[in-house]
Amino acid sequence: MSDKTLDRVASATPPPVARKIRGLSDRAIAWIFVAPTIFLLLAINIFPLIWTIRLSFTNYKANRIGREVKEIGFRNYERILTDSDIWLNMQATAHFLIWTIFFQVLIGFALAWLINKKFKGNDLWTTIIVLPMMLSPAVVGNFWKFLYQPQIGLFNYIIAFFTGKEPSSFQMLGEVNLAPWSIVIVDTWMWTPFVMLICLAGLRSIPDYIYEAAEIDRASKLRQFFTITIPMVLPFLMLAVLFRGIENFKMFDLVVQLTGGGPGSTTELTSINLKREAFEKWRTGYASAYAIILFVTVFGLASIYVKALNKVKER
Amino acid sequence: MSSFSVNEPSVRTKWFAGTLVILYAIITMIPLVWIAMTGFKSPADAISYPPKYIIGSDSDAGFQPTLEGYVNLFTTRTRQTQDYLEANPPESWADEIVRKYDMVIVGPSKFGERFLNSVIIGFGSTFLSVFLGTLAAYAFSRFKIPLADDLLFFILSTRMMPPIAVAIPIFLMFRNLGLSDTHLGMILLYTAVNISLAVWLLKSFIDGIPTEYEEAALIDGYTRFQAFYKVVLPQAATGIASTAIFCLIFAWNEYAFAVLLTTANAQTAPPFIPTIIGIGGLDWPAIAAGVTLFLLPVMVFTILLRKHLLRGITFGAVRK
Repeated sequence: MSDKTLDRVASATPPPVARKIRGLSDRAIAWIFVAPTIFLLLAINIFPLIWTIRLSFTNYKANRIGREVKEIGFRNYERILTDSDIWLNMQATAHFLIWTIFFQVLIGFALAWLINKKFKGNDLWTTIIVLPMMLSPAVVGNFWKFLYQPQIGLFNYIIAFFTGKEPSSFQMLGEVNLAPWSIVIVDTWMWTPFVMLICLAGLRSIPDYIYEAAEIDRASKLRQFFTITIPMVLPFLMLAVLFRGIENFKMFDLVVQLTGGGPGSTTELTSINLKREAFEKWRTGYASAYAIILFVTVFGLASIYVKALNKVKER
Repeated sequence: MSSFSVNEPSVRTKWFAGTLVILYAIITMIPLVWIAMTGFKSPADAISYPPKYIIGSDSDAGFQPTLEGYVNLFTTRTRQTQDYLEANPPESWADEIVRKYDMVIVGPSKFGERFLNSVIIGFGSTFLSVFLGTLAAYAFSRFKIPLADDLLFFILSTRMMPPIAVAIPIFLMFRNLGLSDTHLGMILLYTAVNISLAVWLLKSFIDGIPTEYEEAALIDGYTRFQAFYKVVLPQAATGIASTAIFCLIFAWNEYAFAVLLTTANAQTAPPFIPTIIGIGGLDWPAIAAGVTLFLLPVMVFTILLRKHLLRGITFGAVRK
């Protein structure tokens, strides 16, 4: 009975007032809806980050609970930035980052361009090509290790078949000059489809009439490619590079399963090195400083890159 | 595209493009096919040189398919004396397979448990992230929230952190709260990681739903909340479903947190699979069998999901 009266009153009043009468205000609902997400992120992302910053100024070791914790200022940061081994890890990461992005952009764009020729059955083949990137990187690393085995592995067999080399004469994972390439190959196999998908979306976003206009102006196909296709796809391509860059800077699971950072420390990317410091040597304070340095690096590089990306988009 | 378009490639171009793409697709599939095949080989065939690749053939390049890898994956076995083996005939077909190596099955392996953990943690965190993500995405999409852009960027930026960087304090936090190596801890953790994707993706889906429907519902006397779950939710169903599958795939594939924060009770399959050891080294057929079983669901989902793939992997930034 009272419900009906309320409804009648509500329908006679202007909407904002009506809403207040029936249940919560929009503003209250907005906060109720957003709060749990923000709370969860604060608890499991931001609070740990602040904790990491605090730990980075101490000599805390997580495996020795009773030990006295000392504030040591910037000593951890100094030690990391002057450590030549860490610069080697940075170099290994840079090598991995640059070459994977280079190959993935090259092959990914070429594939997208070919698929965009709309041959029969291109949807099916696109789906098949996309499969590797949806798989678990750790598990992928694990089975590529099997393919890379020098005597029994399929990879060595196929290379040997085409080059006439002895399949046991080279070890992709065991040789200092080959191991960095072994991780580049697997990452390229896995993530080229990602770049391809984004390029494909870029190619498909170009309206037909632009090419038609170019055709009327008698621009050659090659000229159309360089003055229409490339500039129009560039923002998409740059987005793909951003995503791949951030992901590969964090790279851990695939490489840890594949090479474990070896041989020696030739494929010891920064994340792997960080894990060693934090969870094997248990230098928690030192590793925290290391983590902060990595986070600032990736965040800084990404912000600069996003600025460049926005400039390209505006053009 | 009309057939008169100047951009319709010639038949020859299509043939050329098709051939190259199919060639790439075949090369890209070789490792996966090889792993699936290895799962059905005997340990000796799996490591033979030259490799054996013809199923059921007696020639040098052929191998007889066997379920040994799968049996080894799911069971633990012990070697027994000849007398014991003669006194106790094999109890099942699986037992019969391991008898070839003078062994008997003594119990299940940990693989089933780890697989189940993957399922529980995967579905639990997916449900939670989609539930919270839908609410937040609706609020960001429809209401004026102060600093909305900054909050959205904050949500996204949590993805830029290397997992190992947050793993240190999370490890300490979980240790203090008693959440280490528990399902609940992993579900909360994966939800926190996934929610950024869920919010961004769902916002892009909800933005695409015209506000007129809700306004009509509000005028008809629905409350905001009723309008949300009776009008908006049904229309966002496809978006919610594909977001859910992306969250599920992430949680399913995750390794770094799993290997650092779980050891036994809540360990998922990815850190477990590489530790499967057979007699005299890694048991490749059993590992291959585990890999195949583990990857199969994701492949099926990918094929089902192919239309929504792009949105999912780019946080809704690129729409087809």
